[in-house]
Amino acid sequence: MSELTHPHIKLPEGSIEKQTSTLNLGPTHPATHGVFQNILELDGERIVSAEQTVGYIHRAFEKLAERRPLYQITTLTDRLNYCSSPINNMGWHMTCEKLLKVKTPKRVDYLRIIIMELARVSDHLICNSIVGVDTGALSVFLYVMQYRELIYEIYEEICGSRLTTNIGRIGGFERNFNNTAFTKLEKFMAEYPKVLKEFETLLTRNRIFMERTIGAGPINAERALNYGFTGPNLRAAGVDYDVRVHSPYSSYEDFDFQIPIGKTGDCYDRFLVRNLEMWESLSIIDQAYKKVQEFKGTEAEVFHADIPEYYLPEKKDVYTKMEALIYHFKIVMGETEIPAGEVYHSVEGGNGELGFYLISDGGRTPYRLHFRRPCFIYYQAYSEITKGSMLSDAIVTLSSLNVIAGEMDA
Amino acid sequence: MSLTNEIIKQRLQEKFPDQVTAFEEPYGMLTFEAPKNHNLKVLQFLFDDGELRFQFLTDLCAVHYPDQPGRELAVVYHLHNLIDNVRIRFKVFTDIASPDVYTATSLYSTANWMERETFDFYGVNFVGHPNLKRILNVDEMDYFPLRKEFPLEDQTRRDKDDEMFGRGGSIN
Repeated sequence: MSELTHPHIKLPEGSIEKQTSTLNLGPTHPATHGVFQNILELDGERIVSAEQTVGYIHRAFEKLAERRPLYQITTLTDRLNYCSSPINNMGWHMTCEKLLKVKTPKRVDYLRIIIMELARVSDHLICNSIVGVDTGALSVFLYVMQYRELIYEIYEEICGSRLTTNIGRIGGFERNFNNTAFTKLEKFMAEYPKVLKEFETLLTRNRIFMERTIGAGPINAERALNYGFTGPNLRAAGVDYDVRVHSPYSSYEDFDFQIPIGKTGDCYDRFLVRNLEMWESLSIIDQAYKKVQEFKGTEAEVFHADIPEYYLPEKKDVYTKMEALIYHFKIVMGETEIPAGEVYHSVEGGNGELGFYLISDGGRTPYRLHFRRPCFIYYQAYSEITKGSMLSDAIVTLSSLNVIAGEMDA
Repeated sequence: MSLTNEIIKQRLQEKFPDQVTAFEEPYGMLTFEAPKNHNLKVLQFLFDDGELRFQFLTDLCAVHYPDQPGRELAVVYHLHNLIDNVRIRFKVFTDIASPDVYTATSLYSTANWMERETFDFYGVNFVGHPNLKRILNVDEMDYFPLRKEFPLEDQTRRDKDDEMFGRGGSIN
């Protein structure tokens, strides 16, 4: 058997039994950046085969969702891709809104876009700087962390939390953005472009970085599509598929932005695509913020759609108005019936098309909810794209694919 | 000419006059079903046809309907034609006693883990799958947890004594 797979290894008959070594990369290993395991079969430093084991942090979200009213499922989506949880939250709200046939006001759409693009920036920033860490440039990661912090402070101002955000509600936001939030957004928008430029200067033409990433873990467009790649990983292979453009949601059609694509689908192209996407995101945030500022007077007070059956009423109304009290009670106790229907909605998540397939039979909770988790889908290509490469390339490939264990295991 | 749901429906009816049935359009997405022994033929046709070109498998999952005898499990494929940007949903129903459905791994590499996940949670046996074993649950598990016969814990149960979890130890 071994003579067929490794014809270059010539050893005397019967000298050793096994000519390759097995290495367990993970489940907990600093280089996996998450809880999942790779069983690598190594010939020296070259990878003969890799087998992935996932599921260490499976939390049965799909089962739990079958017992929860819609608004309680938002917290489950937080814990999928926790590097960009606002996108997951918004995606879930929009799925519900599609099922309920709710039309959100434009201002809500634009505010959502600001949040989602901030989340995309923070996701890509972490992913790209981790690629830096895995190629030996730790300082870049530590430097940009303080700018992710600025993004998290904006979340904090809007929803009170940072990582698992539970941001927004079905129909809009839980409260209007306050002035501090906008001030913090302005501060971020003023400071961040310079930092992103510095970040690029440190890595993009850095010789060590280039030699470590160019040609590492490549995948061509055809294989990437067959493997169900989406998001930056697919675009790095040269396919300009972006859910924001192909099936616009939350008024993305009102914005002017480019879809950056790569060519070779290797780690370097993935890195470049993510960097360019951050610039596009900044441009979108800028446009969205300008649009938000155009709303004046009462229009600037709009932060949710008018759907009393699903949107929690204001506390002062609950204390003074009978109707609000009833809705409050019904929503909190999860006693609102959801219309029967079957809906698939997807958003462009941090690492690809995040889809929600929701079936309702007219009860109070979903009959079935399935998450299309991009990580889970593209991580299966890992053994194919690392086969024959060096162990060190496999590590970079792992971080450059942006595999998030929380999303993979649901 | 862009591809519309009408054209897809027409093409499918020409090719599979009796097999492909139950056309619907919930929320604008064309949905149809076929007998389970035809799933690969239909998928292959959708993949190869020069006009349809549904070559991207977006999602694959199962749904359990315990109240439909003989059609308890549904395997749902979400397909996407990226060129014309059209999505469709294709369902195959199977009985729960012999849940054998042909695998789609030969058409889509991505179906590999999706089918493993579906097997893991619903016990759909994908015939011809290269490596059909559990993926998210432990290998020793001997049931399929997302089936409806395994309800989540009843919030009002009174037989447990776990004060720490807010139910109070002194109810009984």
